[in-house]
Amino acid sequence: MDMPVPDGGVIARKGRIVSRLRTVLPGDAVIDAPEELRVYECDALTAYRCVPLAAVLPRTTEEVSAVLQICSEEGVPVVPRGSGTSLAGGAMPSADAVILGVARMNEVLETDYANRFIRVQSGRTNLSVSGAVEAEGFFYAPDPSSQLACAIAGNIAMNSGGAHCLKYGVTTNNLLGVRMVKMDGTVVTLGGPWGEPAGLDLLGVVCGSEGQLGVVTEAWLRILPKPEGARPVLVGFNSNEVAGACVAGIIRAGILPVAIEFMDRPCIRATEAFAKAGYPDCEALLIIEVEGSEAEIVEQLARIRAIAMAHDPVEFREAADEDQARRIWLGRKSAFGAMGQINDYMCLDGTIPVSSLPHVLKRIGEMSREFGLDVGNVFHAGDGNMHPLILFDANKPVDLEKCEAFGAEILKLCVEVGGCLTGEHGVGIEKRDLMAVQFSATDMEAQMRVKDVFDPKWLLNPAKVFPLASSAARRVG
Amino acid sequence: MRPVTEAELAEAVAGASEPLLVRGGGTRVLGHAVGEVLETSGLSGVELYEPGALTLVVRAGTAVAEVERVLAAERQRLAFEVPDLRGLLGREGVSTIGGVLAANASGPRRVQVGAARDAALGVRFVDGLGAVVKNGGRVMKNVTGYDLVKLMAGSRGALGVLTEVSFKVQALPEAEATLVIEGLDDAAGLASLRAALGSPFDVSGAARHSGRSFVRVEGMAGSVAYRIGRLRDLVGGEVTVVEGEASGQLWRDIRDVTPFAGRPGEVWRIVTLPTAAEGVSARIGGEAIWDWGGGLIWVLTEHGQGAEVAAAVAGRGHATLMRGEGGPVFPPEAPEVAALVAGLKERFDPRGILNRGMMG
Ligand SMILES: Cc1cc2nc3c(=O)[nH]c(=O)nc-3n(C[C@H](O)[C@H](O)[C@H](O)COP(=O)(O)OP(=O)(O)OC[C@H]3O[C@@H](n4cnc5c(N)ncnc54)[C@H](O)[C@@H]3O)c2cc1C
Repeated sequence: MDMPVPDGGVIARKGRIVSRLRTVLPGDAVIDAPEELRVYECDALTAYRCVPLAAVLPRTTEEVSAVLQICSEEGVPVVPRGSGTSLAGGAMPSADAVILGVARMNEVLETDYANRFIRVQSGRTNLSVSGAVEAEGFFYAPDPSSQLACAIAGNIAMNSGGAHCLKYGVTTNNLLGVRMVKMDGTVVTLGGPWGEPAGLDLLGVVCGSEGQLGVVTEAWLRILPKPEGARPVLVGFNSNEVAGACVAGIIRAGILPVAIEFMDRPCIRATEAFAKAGYPDCEALLIIEVEGSEAEIVEQLARIRAIAMAHDPVEFREAADEDQARRIWLGRKSAFGAMGQINDYMCLDGTIPVSSLPHVLKRIGEMSREFGLDVGNVFHAGDGNMHPLILFDANKPVDLEKCEAFGAEILKLCVEVGGCLTGEHGVGIEKRDLMAVQFSATDMEAQMRVKDVFDPKWLLNPAKVFPLASSAARRVG
Repeated sequence: MRPVTEAELAEAVAGASEPLLVRGGGTRVLGHAVGEVLETSGLSGVELYEPGALTLVVRAGTAVAEVERVLAAERQRLAFEVPDLRGLLGREGVSTIGGVLAANASGPRRVQVGAARDAALGVRFVDGLGAVVKNGGRVMKNVTGYDLVKLMAGSRGALGVLTEVSFKVQALPEAEATLVIEGLDDAAGLASLRAALGSPFDVSGAARHSGRSFVRVEGMAGSVAYRIGRLRDLVGGEVTVVEGEASGQLWRDIRDVTPFAGRPGEVWRIVTLPTAAEGVSARIGGEAIWDWGGGLIWVLTEHGQGAEVAAAVAGRGHATLMRGEGGPVFPPEAPEVAALVAGLKERFDPRGILNRGMMG
C-alpha cells in the first residue's frame, strides 16, 4: 500500500510539537513514547501499520480545537480516531501524523425523550448510546456488528450501517447534528436537534467524509421507541437465483422486514462447523426478521411464508421462542468468526443492485477457482450490500497479494453491474486506488473541492479516500 | 433556454455569460434570484425502474405527476410525500422531480421515513462551469466517496443543475387510518402528538390545526387496526377514526398547507423542536398548522413579521419566509457556517452565475 513520504521536517520537530501539545492538554493526554504509540499503528485493517508521531486524547471540544490549532500551525497531519474498528484503514496513521483519539469523550450530554434525541460526545460507543435510553423504551437504530466497540465518531465518519438498516436507514438518516472542529481550530455546529438544516445540508456531506472535513466532537442523534417485539425466520433454498427471487417477492409485496440476511453454501458450512446453529446444508439461506406486536408479527410472517413457499424452499423455520430465535441468528452472527477459524480472511463490502445477485455470485464462484482462494458470501440481501469473505494465509505474502487482486476484481464487478465499491465500511486506504473505477476525474474533483473548503491545507487524514495521484497537488500545498 | 439533453444543458451553462435562473416547474422557487431562465423540463423520462429493488432513476425535469403515475402503476410511491405548494404560493406550472430534490421538499411522513434527501440514492448534475458530475448511484447502501447527494438536496440550484436523480421508493400500504382528536387545547393537543410519536406504533403523520389533532398509521390492515386501537388509548380527547381516501385527503391538505391557500398575509415555515412549538406559535401569533408533531410550523400572519418571527425561533430552530414581501427569505447562518457555504458556492460555481442571490 503506497503512502505519501512522511514530512521529515515534522518528524524532526517532534519534541517541540509534543511540548506545545502538552501546553493545552493534561500530561496523560499526550502520548509520544514509541512503545505506547503501537496501539495506534493500525485499525481493524491490520495488514497495514505505521507508528504515528504522537497521539492525543482530549476530553472536550475546546481541547480538540487547541490541538488542531497547534497542528495546523505546525503543518502536522492529523488522523482522527474513534475506536479503531475501521475495516478500511481509515484510522491508519502516517509517521508524521498525530492521532487524535476521541475515546475519552464519551459522556451523554443531554437526553430528550419528548423530542426524541440524545446528544453525546462523539467517543461514546454505539451500543452504549442505546444503553443510555433503553430504560425509557428507546434505542439508537444504526447497529453495526462492531457496535460494542465502535464509536459514534467513527460511525459518522464512515456513515456506518447495521443489520436493521433496511427499515431504519444508516447513520446519515439518524444523525441530526454535530459539533465539529475544523483543522484550523474553528468550532462549527451543523444541523441541530430539530433535524432539518436552514440552508445547505453540510451535515449530510460531513457524514461519510471519513474524518477528512473536521473532527466531530459531539452529535445529536435521533432515538426511536423500541418495537414491541421481533422474530426471525430462516428459509433455505437450493439455488441462489431462487433465494434472490424470494427476496424480490417479499419486497414487491410491500412487506418491510427489518433485516433480510443471506448466506451462501461455503459460509453456511463454515458457520455450521464452528457455531453448530443447526442450519440446513443448502445452497442459499435467508434470515428474515420482522417487528411489531405479536399479532403484527404473525401477520407479516404468514405473508412471508406464503411467498417463500411459492419458491419451493428446502426449509422454512419459524422461531417458536426466544431460544430458537437466538439460534437462527447465531450462525449469521458467528459467520465472520467462523471464517476466521478456517483461515485469515479479507472482508469486502461492495453493493450491487439486488437483481444482479445470482450473476454476481456465479462470477465470484468462477473467480474463486481462477484465483485458487475460497470465498464465502454473507449479504444484506434487502439492500444489496455484499460481504464476500476471501480466505487466505497471511503468512504467505503471495496469498495476500492474490487476495487483494481477487478482492479488487469483485469490487470492479460490483461497479460494473451498477453498484459501488463500498456500502458501509468506507474507502479509507483500502479502496482508495479503486475510486477511479467508479468515478471520473471530474466526479472526484467535485468531492475534493469540498475538502478544499473545509481543510484547505489538506492536513486532516490526507492520504485517504482519493487516489494519491489525484490528491497529490493538493496535499503538497 | 430549454435544453433537452444533459450535454446540451452542460453546454448552455458552460457558455453562459449572464446569470442563470434554474427552473424546474417554477412551483417552489423562493427568494430573489435573477437571470436568464434555464429550464430543466426538457430533460424528462424514467431511466430505470426496478420495483423489486425499490429503485427509480429519472431525469431531473420529469414531472412529479408522471413519476407518481409510473410508481402507482406498480403500487409504489415516493415515501416522503412531495408537497404541492402551488395553491399556497399562488403558482402555476408543472412541478419537476429535480426541483423536489433541490428543495428537499418533504411532507408529513418525514417523521417516519425522513426527507427527500433520505430517499435520494444518486444524482447527476452540471456544476457552474458546465462540468457533468455524478455522485451516489442506484443502490441503497453506498459510502463510496463524499455524499454530494445530500449536499445537492436542498441546495436550490446554488451548486449545480440537477440532471438526473435516483430514489429509493416505497410500496403503497394496504391500509391507512387517521385518529382525529378533538376537545383538547393546543398544549394538550400537541402533547398528544408527541405521545403518539414516542410510542412503538410507527406513526406516519402527527399534525394539528383548527383545534384538531391528527395521527396517522399505515401498513397491513390488521396492523393498522391494532395500532389505531392502541394509539386511541394513548392520545386522550374525543377521537374519531378516518380511513382510506378520506384520510388521504386530510393529509394532502396538511402536506400542501391548503388551509392557508388564497388567504392574505405572509406565510412562514418554521422548523423547531416539538416541545417548543406552542411557545414559538404563541409568541408570533397569527394562525398555525403544526406538522411533524410540532417540529414543523406553518404560520399565517399579517405582513412584516420578520423580526418577531426571528426572535421567536432564535436558539430553537429556524424560519423561512415562504410567501410575503421583503425581508431575507432564508434564515442567516452562523458566520463560520456561512463561510463554508460561501466557499462551496465559490468552488462549484466560481463565476457565481447559478441562481445568484437566491439563498442570500
Ligand atoms: C468485527 C467488525 C464488524 C463490523 N461491522 C460493521 C457493520 O456491520 N457495519 C458497518 O458499517 N461497519 C462495520 N464495521 C466497520 C467499523 O466498525 C465501522 O466503520 C465503525 O463506524 C468505525 O468506528 P470506530 O469508532 O472504530 O472508528 P475508527 O476505526 O477509529 O475510525 C474510522 C474513521 O473515522 C474517522 N474518525 C474517527 N473519529 C473521528 C472524529 N471524531 N471526527 C472525524 N472523523 C473521525 C477516522 O479518521 C477513520 O477515517 C465492522 C468492523 C469490525 C471490526
